[in-house]
Amino acid sequence: MLTQYPGGVTAAPLTPAELEGVRAQFPILAREVNGHPLAYLDSAATAQKPLRVIEAESAFYRESNAAVHRGAHTLAGEATELYEDARRTIAAFLAVDENEVVFTSHATEALNLVAYALGSASIGRGAGASAAAAPHALAPGDEIVVTELEHHANLIPWQELAARTGATLRYIPVLDDGALDLEAARTIIGERTRVLALTHVSNVTGAITPLEQLVPLARAVGALVVLDACQSAPHLALRPRELDVDVAVFSGHKLYGPTGIGVLYGRAALLDALPPFLYGGSMITTVTMERAEYLPAPQRFEPGTPRIAQAIGLAEAVRFVTGIGLERIAATEHALTERMLAGLARIPNLRVLGGTLVTNRVGLASIVVDDVHAHDAGQVLDEAGIAARVGHHCAQPLHRRLGATASLRLSLGVHSTADEVDRALEAVASIRPFFGFSGGDRA
Amino acid sequence: MSGLEQLYQQIIIDHSKHPHGVGLAEGEETSHQRNPVCGDEITLALRWDATGERVESVAWEGSGCSISQASASLLATLAEESVEEGSPWTPEELTALIEEFRDALRSRGATPLDEERFGDAAALSGVSKYVARVKCAMLAWVAAEDLLQRRAG
Repeated sequence: MLTQYPGGVTAAPLTPAELEGVRAQFPILAREVNGHPLAYLDSAATAQKPLRVIEAESAFYRESNAAVHRGAHTLAGEATELYEDARRTIAAFLAVDENEVVFTSHATEALNLVAYALGSASIGRGAGASAAAAPHALAPGDEIVVTELEHHANLIPWQELAARTGATLRYIPVLDDGALDLEAARTIIGERTRVLALTHVSNVTGAITPLEQLVPLARAVGALVVLDACQSAPHLALRPRELDVDVAVFSGHKLYGPTGIGVLYGRAALLDALPPFLYGGSMITTVTMERAEYLPAPQRFEPGTPRIAQAIGLAEAVRFVTGIGLERIAATEHALTERMLAGLARIPNLRVLGGTLVTNRVGLASIVVDDVHAHDAGQVLDEAGIAARVGHHCAQPLHRRLGATASLRLSLGVHSTADEVDRALEAVASIRPFFGFSGGDRA
Repeated sequence: MSGLEQLYQQIIIDHSKHPHGVGLAEGEETSHQRNPVCGDEITLALRWDATGERVESVAWEGSGCSISQASASLLATLAEESVEEGSPWTPEELTALIEEFRDALRSRGATPLDEERFGDAAALSGVSKYVARVKCAMLAWVAAEDLLQRRAG
């Protein structure tokens, strides 16, 4: 069976045997939780790690551990080679140049880096010790545009940047069905817009942002486009250049890689013009007691001893997903998403935030069960060995907009199965009856 | 009884659906406590008798999961019972009770709540095995503790 993939590509879903082979690579999936086989449906919070990623990180510590970009001994050379090879792997994954890939601690740091660097540019600091990054300076009257969908990590740094520079923060509102108001976007993005920062995929609704309709609006007025790709990178082929964005960030741990590593893609010309975010060793050419000259990107943005083992682990994770093929992962997850959404639609007294639109979304659904708080609902799933996220998922404004304080989120990964989805559906259906609401007495 | 049924005893579900002690007066001194993880919120007041030395009632308002709401309701009920029994709490007694409640909830199931001391609120013992939920159950009690500490100044 061929399934339409959100990007318009068609690919075959994994066969049952292939899926079994994928699952066998995740040691944690052998675990039992509360007497049931673990059904891990929280990949949107953090993905589980295939053994090869765990081994790659461990092998670095066992065999090649040394500081990178300093020292001349053999291990230092090997470690540097492995670290830079990781950067090349990420660059190839994104189809960008390696000097456009900056390793950060997480996506949150990557977004803060961009916002802070723009703030520094706004007070006349430049990419060198003295050259000003004037084209990117913000001032009162300028506008930063985000969306009401954003994760707090792609909202608060912009709130702060606006506060520091006097620029105005505006947002593209969300409609009742959870979709962005594209009509409003056309009036909000305008001559004053200097930055458009938006998510590629909502971590609450799973909807894929119609970038083809929004990015041209920003381009037309010369605004920078910053893309939060945390929820898209694990599910669809991420091509920042094709998307025509200046910056794209994602976290390693959501892409089956280690924690403590994030990726910032920045268009070369932008990275070259931006001042640093953190200052210290490994990012300078010449230092006197009065001033410092900085290295070019990406080193300018990687001060201190970098996340070497994590970068190597992430590169292995990228080889893991590209080995399967992002298109095939998307096709497999898409079939499961249809199953999940169709199943949820059959359960009474339940609302899926962002509706049950199956096209143009990744495999996650945030649910509000009538009369039952998400925290209580999640407990019923946990009892059944199902790991699902409860809370506001770091998106309080979106929850408020959709009339919920918290939701229960089911999110799929490359290892998810129809059986796991069915178990989750059964558990979700049992929530209201358990708490004594219509559907029968407590079991 | 399954773990889930121990956590959500009928008393807890009943209190979460029909909470006691709800309703604050305008302008009375309250403590507002929030669990940012799940959005549970409790605003609570301690009402003192004419002598100002005994707790006459516990009043609160809030929203959130059944554990947080039931726990506030059970605290209010326990206060009512102490008045009915003719031994309303002194600040010291309530402080000791809160300490005991916290110790039991943090015991990971090792120390159940004493039914003699906690009455129906002893049904919250099951929470102690669910580390992620302890904060939910503590919310109202932390609000009371906050008010006692302010009073002690």
